[in-house]
Amino acid sequence: MTDSKPTVLVVEDEKQMRKLVTISLRSNGYDVIEAETGEDGVKQAAAYTPDLVLLDLGLPDVDGLVVLARIREWSTTPIIVISASGQEEKKVKALDEGADDYLTKPFGAAELLARIRVALRHAARGPDSTAVVKIGEDVEVDLVKRVVQVGGAEIHLTPIEYKLLTTLAKHAGMVMTHRQLLEQVWGPGHAHQMQYLRVYMTQLRHKLEKNPAHPRYLLTEPGVGYRIKEG
Amino acid sequence: MTRPDPDELLARVRAAEAQEVRGELTIFFGAAPGVGKTFTMLEAARIELDQKRDVVIGVVETHKRYETEALVLGFELMARKTIEHEGIKVSELDLDAALARRPQMIIIDELAHTNAPGCRHLKRWQDVEELLDAGVDVFTTLNVQHLESLNDVVAQITSVVVRETVPDSVFDKAHDVRLVDLPVDELIERLREGKVYIPEQAARALESFFREGNLIALRELALRRTAERVEAQMRGYKAAHGIEQTWHAGERVLVCISASPHSKQLIRAARRLATSLHGELVGVYVETPASLRLSSSDRERLAQNMRLVEELGGDAMTLRASDAAPEVVRFARTRNVTKIVVGKPTHSRWRDFVRRPFLDEIVRASHEIDVYVISANAPETAQRHEPAPSRPTPISGYVWSCSVVTLATVVAWTTFRAPELLPDVVMSYLLGVVLVAMRFGYGPSLVAAVASVLAFDFFFVPPYFTFSVTDLRHIVTFSVMFVVAVVISHLTKRIRDQADSAQQRESRTASLYAVSRELAKAQSRDTMLELAARHIREIFAAQLAILVPDSHGELAAVIADEGTFDAEKDHGVAQWVWTHQKRAGAGTDTLPSTRATFLPLPGSRTRAGILAIVPSDPLRIREPDDRQLLETLARLVGSAVERFELADEARRAQLRMETEQLRNALLSSVSHDLRTPLSVITGATSALLDPSAPKDESTRRELLSTAHEESLRLSRLVRNLLDMTRLDAGALKVQKELQPIEEVVGAALNRMEDRLRGRNVSTGVADDLPLVPIDSALIEQVLINLIENATKYTPASSAIEVAAHLDGEAIVVDVSDRGPGVAEEDRERVFDKFFRVHEREGGGVGLGLTICRGIVEAHGGRIWVEPREGGGATFRFSLPLGPHKDHHPEPLDEHPT
Repeated sequence: MTDSKPTVLVVEDEKQMRKLVTISLRSNGYDVIEAETGEDGVKQAAAYTPDLVLLDLGLPDVDGLVVLARIREWSTTPIIVISASGQEEKKVKALDEGADDYLTKPFGAAELLARIRVALRHAARGPDSTAVVKIGEDVEVDLVKRVVQVGGAEIHLTPIEYKLLTTLAKHAGMVMTHRQLLEQVWGPGHAHQMQYLRVYMTQLRHKLEKNPAHPRYLLTEPGVGYRIKEG
Repeated sequence: MTRPDPDELLARVRAAEAQEVRGELTIFFGAAPGVGKTFTMLEAARIELDQKRDVVIGVVETHKRYETEALVLGFELMARKTIEHEGIKVSELDLDAALARRPQMIIIDELAHTNAPGCRHLKRWQDVEELLDAGVDVFTTLNVQHLESLNDVVAQITSVVVRETVPDSVFDKAHDVRLVDLPVDELIERLREGKVYIPEQAARALESFFREGNLIALRELALRRTAERVEAQMRGYKAAHGIEQTWHAGERVLVCISASPHSKQLIRAARRLATSLHGELVGVYVETPASLRLSSSDRERLAQNMRLVEELGGDAMTLRASDAAPEVVRFARTRNVTKIVVGKPTHSRWRDFVRRPFLDEIVRASHEIDVYVISANAPETAQRHEPAPSRPTPISGYVWSCSVVTLATVVAWTTFRAPELLPDVVMSYLLGVVLVAMRFGYGPSLVAAVASVLAFDFFFVPPYFTFSVTDLRHIVTFSVMFVVAVVISHLTKRIRDQADSAQQRESRTASLYAVSRELAKAQSRDTMLELAARHIREIFAAQLAILVPDSHGELAAVIADEGTFDAEKDHGVAQWVWTHQKRAGAGTDTLPSTRATFLPLPGSRTRAGILAIVPSDPLRIREPDDRQLLETLARLVGSAVERFELADEARRAQLRMETEQLRNALLSSVSHDLRTPLSVITGATSALLDPSAPKDESTRRELLSTAHEESLRLSRLVRNLLDMTRLDAGALKVQKELQPIEEVVGAALNRMEDRLRGRNVSTGVADDLPLVPIDSALIEQVLINLIENATKYTPASSAIEVAAHLDGEAIVVDVSDRGPGVAEEDRERVFDKFFRVHEREGGGVGLGLTICRGIVEAHGGRIWVEPREGGGATFRFSLPLGPHKDHHPEPLDEHPT
């Protein structure tokens, strides 16, 4: 059964929330395993090896970050964390420590499904699968030729701009934290020089976006990082 | 029946009230040592002890007498405080321990005792007063010679000046005075037997102080003083019960005070007179222009005399006039004084020719007021009235006076040579003297007078160019000329003095006025205190500290010049002044060892603080005038402090009221705004669930989307409420980082994508904006709230513009719409909590803009609304760039690692 239904483990202590997520996922063709506590979540993850984990950061028994770390000890399965608003720091920490994406309560079913789709696809694809990445309708990045085209016309990017763009493009649809971007583009040791990142993102937007003040692809997640919207 | 005087009744009621909390003082009063006061006191205390009262012994001098020591047994004895003074160990009453122990009654022997240096008070009676204030009953002993008003009488009788005195007011206010009397023979017998002093001392005592004549006189004094007290009580009783038929008006005795050493005797005599008449005592000192020249020791003595009046329970006043006598009589009339006490003149008779005698004038002007002239013999101190140091006249004054005389000579020589013009010559010399007196004062004008007479003789009186005189008539001319010149000098000098005195008074008044005006203008308490301190420093050439209670009620120095207030050492004295609202420290009788003088800053209703002052010249704050000025200033500062406190109180009350209003507004908003979407959601979902009601697909969709919209609204509401709570609780953490505002604008617009669908949204963010230090999540929230408002209150198809530009040192962000705009009167209020332009119109709780303001202000910026050209409103907020200048997104290193 190669295209069996993907399995999603939902670690969430609030019953109503769990029920809602479960219904949405089941009706969209996912198998759902439920866990009420962090302890239970770690056990279920080990027992069922789900294709994706939805992890609430605010659990009553164990800190969500601890659950995340324990699953990450042995599994690379995509993990999407769910946080309440105002928990920016915790969210960023979870992302830096191995979570793939995040959702902020309250969120809609459509948003949830979209995030799960992106995460599953990235996990399935693996590295270096495509040579040309499309961003939106206009922008094309040829990873082999190292050429960027906007509306068919080639534009010049500086090496850092190019690296920044490709790093984001490889994770299209998924959030990348400031730290992750800084480490991957500038290398370790630059993790705290966020102005660099902001300045380059601004330059990149000015080169790629029609209206940099109202970007369509190079999106900012305030306090967290950046995300390239999938085309 | 006559009704008792209401004022007196009120005073009695007050006294009774004060007594309720105050302890009772019982004085065992005797004529001389050895009559058995301590013994009687201990016996009486034993009765109290037997009645289960908590009685302790503070200090008792048993003088090693066996029967007295036996009586001490059974009492709790308090440990004494040992103080070492100049190598000698002295044990004193431990006042603080006694106050801490707080017994019902304490026994303290010898009320008139002077404490060793280092104690809180100079005198033991002050310790007793403090204990009484604390509600502790006190038993004490006192000999008649220690009473202040009888001090000089005793000195006259016994030729022994007693230095340890107790104010009569303490004696008069005592709850009970028990006379311990012993016939003189028996007392002498006891002395001989060695029951009072050891035999050797006793023999000496019998020869001096304890002579029979002395003892008889002292006994009489003690008996009379006790009788006076009893009579006063009787009067009090009669007055209280309206018994006395004829209520004669209270006698008032006025005593004229001067800087003379005799004044003390005069004051005591007046006090005795007042006591025997059951009247009040008023002491008056008239400051005339001449008295401005008093020497410093005279001033000190004057201050002492004024204090003596107060210690004897009288009022001490300073009046100002050019002539003392009429002023005294005028004052006496206004105060209904019945008797004036003046001293016998001591100066020589000829002075009365020059000046009108003070005594004569008083007697003449007094009419119905009796005048008592009291003789003052042997001054207490040998000090003579020192001549006042007159203002030193610069040498130039004398040079000028000689020049003026020379000039007068030249003028007279050239103009009035003829012998018949001699009177004109005299006139020109006199004119010269007048000019010198006016310009250079007394000394030079006298020199001018003498020089004029000599020059007149030399140049104009035959034989010319010699000082010899042939015609005797010219001698008369010289004399008249000289006398006239001297009188002119004198009068001119007086006018100058008067002008000086007026000027001095005026400068005082002016400085007081200036201070009060400036204090009234001060914006905060601390600047006010700073101002006041500056003025007091200037006026008194002093260093100072000002202490006011902090938020915990602890006294803390707001201003403290070097060396005025040592928080550790001087805390006690400050606390004492605060509790008792009396002066203490240097120059007073309480804790005199401190460097500064501490005085209370009284407010009109409460106490406001403490002023510690160290004048460069210690006399400066002891003189009655300066004392008064300082006290007036203290009162001024005190009421100013109080004013700020009251203003604070009012603000707090206002705040409480506003909080209350806010809470009510919140409750009503929350109950309405939360309930509406909730009931919509409940209604829609229950309709969907109801199987009996058939629904087509479009109805279902409609119901679902209604529920969805309402739940989004609910979510926004809750978010706003949470943000507000965080803002209010100060829990909002602003984590500023340098970032491009463009990025935040973009993030906000993306977040609002759903709500902005179908709207014409334009952006106008300048390209070259510098980075700005902001918390992006919070500023995004501000933008979202503003954009949300724009979508809520403007027509669905109208345009919204978000723009940002640089304005000086700040980035200004605009959110503009084409809606109805904001009415002028609402432009400030829209940012207020729970304010809504249109009640009940789909809006939120009225918190969105308040949150915006909170966040923007936390960034040091400002938010406001302006009408937009062409209709609509522009909400603007500024974000300061802060101290970092290097905000421009410069191209960074382009060397990929």
